[in-house]
Amino acid sequence: MTVDHQTLALVLFSAFVAVTLGITTWVSRHRHGSAEEFYAGGRLFSPMENGFAIAGDYMSAASFLGIGGLIALFGYDGVLYAVGFLVAWLVVLFLVAELVRNCGRFTLADVVAARMSERPVRIAAGVSSVTVSVLYLVAQMVGAGSLVGLLLGRTGTGAQIWTVIGVGALMVIYVSLGGMRATTWIQIVKAVLLLGGAVVLTVLVLVRFHGDLDRLLLGAAARSGHGDAFLAPGLKYGGNWTARLDFISLGLALVLGTAGLPHILSRFYTVPTARAARRSVIWSIGLIGGFYLMTIVLGFGAAAIVGPEAVRRSNAAGNTAVPLLALDLGGGADSTGGTVLFAVVAAVAFATILAVVAGITLASSASVAHDLYASLRRPGGRQRSEVAVARVAAVGVGVVAIALGLLTRDLNVAFLVGLAFAVAASANLPVLMYSLFWRGFTTRGAVWAVYGGLVPALVLVLLSPVVSGSPESLFPGLDFQYFPLQNPGIVSVPLGFLAGWLGTVTSAELPDEAKHAETEVRSLTGAGAV
Amino acid sequence: MRYRDPWYDALASGWGEGDGAGVPAATVPAARREGRPGRSAGAAADVYLEVQRSAAFQEVRSRYRRFVVPVVAVFLAWYVAYVVAATAAPGFMARPVAGAVNVAMVAGLGQFLSTFLLAWAYARHARLRRDRAALELRWDTQELTRGVRGGVL
Repeated sequence: MTVDHQTLALVLFSAFVAVTLGITTWVSRHRHGSAEEFYAGGRLFSPMENGFAIAGDYMSAASFLGIGGLIALFGYDGVLYAVGFLVAWLVVLFLVAELVRNCGRFTLADVVAARMSERPVRIAAGVSSVTVSVLYLVAQMVGAGSLVGLLLGRTGTGAQIWTVIGVGALMVIYVSLGGMRATTWIQIVKAVLLLGGAVVLTVLVLVRFHGDLDRLLLGAAARSGHGDAFLAPGLKYGGNWTARLDFISLGLALVLGTAGLPHILSRFYTVPTARAARRSVIWSIGLIGGFYLMTIVLGFGAAAIVGPEAVRRSNAAGNTAVPLLALDLGGGADSTGGTVLFAVVAAVAFATILAVVAGITLASSASVAHDLYASLRRPGGRQRSEVAVARVAAVGVGVVAIALGLLTRDLNVAFLVGLAFAVAASANLPVLMYSLFWRGFTTRGAVWAVYGGLVPALVLVLLSPVVSGSPESLFPGLDFQYFPLQNPGIVSVPLGFLAGWLGTVTSAELPDEAKHAETEVRSLTGAGAV
Repeated sequence: MRYRDPWYDALASGWGEGDGAGVPAATVPAARREGRPGRSAGAAADVYLEVQRSAAFQEVRSRYRRFVVPVVAVFLAWYVAYVVAATAAPGFMARPVAGAVNVAMVAGLGQFLSTFLLAWAYARHARLRRDRAALELRWDTQELTRGVRGGVL
């Protein structure tokens, strides 16, 4: 890699930052400072705009670089990720999007607290939403830190630290100044850039193989050194039964976790009606599905054109496979085409991270201000406007994420994302499903469902090989590993549902028929929706 | 700010937008606000119970459930079967179908295809079978609660 394409990448990325900061100032010029404006962008986005924004919120650098790299190194096993990330949207479309849009105002807790004794439920849902958001945020920050080293050739710790701090500062500025409106436009711009980049690369790969997918696959298999095994599952997750069970656990977390991610749920409040929310999800399924199909082509293309050994030499986890592919497709390291394509891909990857972290920061600041602060403040205390609290909370969340991002900067990004999905599936999904569909659900059930999923998920991770007991752990010197799987989903998701059921059947409180009727009527008709 | 988007919901887009900052939009004749707050809250709750028991609502709900429950069961089972087959039976998944394409490739593309098809089918079902009835119910319910609460939603 020469200095040229790194400089060009920096220039392009600076241009993106300038454009997004421009959007933020332009948007904040018009702001009215209401909660409706800050959390939901005035609820007037069209389904197409929101569909692009959802896609921009969801397609992280982990999927663009991570899945492409996994396919380049391990072949078919990378495809399993892409399938899980996409199928999850059916859960969102069928069970969550419209109903949540109809029942809630800004956060997940709104939907649950409408039926229950408000304070404990709001605190529980707020705590779990903030936990999920911070985990996801840390994953993206760690990704940003390692990306700058990979793409710009600055491998030193200093560059990594400054990247994490810079990304954190930018996301706090976007969110606290521009709120949901700025965040949405940044996500739309990023989605267009990311999809455009993927289309260009995919077309170039297909042209290289004269549109013959069979030749692409055979070329990838031949170059990989694994032969036909490269095109079948098992190279990465086919080891012992623990590894296989671990993958099933991850698959479960991916497909159920999306519906519990706070930053995805908050996107449904930016459109006027449940119909519009449904149409946004249809748009985003089309965009995300198309994107993952292209990622699969790019992954196999990288295996066939760049070759796994070159990918591995650049980055052992495979994260640079797609940028290296771009360099080759453009004509090689010394050509103008290669330089430009590489720089574009690097800049798009940064843009991706910035847009995703802005969405998560906004969702977690909403949980802090709308759920936690509103429930925990002293009744006689000084009244502050909720939006002012949310702006401060965005700064606080940013600082926490920067600190954790620096502490955990050696952890695997894909693992952190999988963990965030597992916690979302265990702590947020059960309580959401029970509140929407179970007549007999009570306050105690709701609180137990949240903590009964959240606590086991976190404890199991603490006891897993990720934290201790193996050479790759966070603390390789210690050994308190009692749980063999890296991803807790297969145990903690059922525990969350079980705890919710147990809390409900053991509580003395009678479920409120009228409140249930209100939730059911509102969720399916939209009566009284804001 | 808004595109001319063919998907944009012109029919229902006006709903609930007017009161941006949470300020009640409609000004209300004072005479209709006589009921004590407690009583009117109870009466509003009765409205939802009444709507929930109405035949029209039960029809909307059962149309939703009759579509969603079996389809969710089918696609979750299909996805779990795919993941379990990929981890537990890699030999079967590696069986060639045509050229370089094997069972695993066909199954993976099948997951993409089934996701697109089910999303399309759901949107079509909701548009043709639920939306109109739900909108009428929404209107009726809001009229009823407005009457009970003296105009303030």
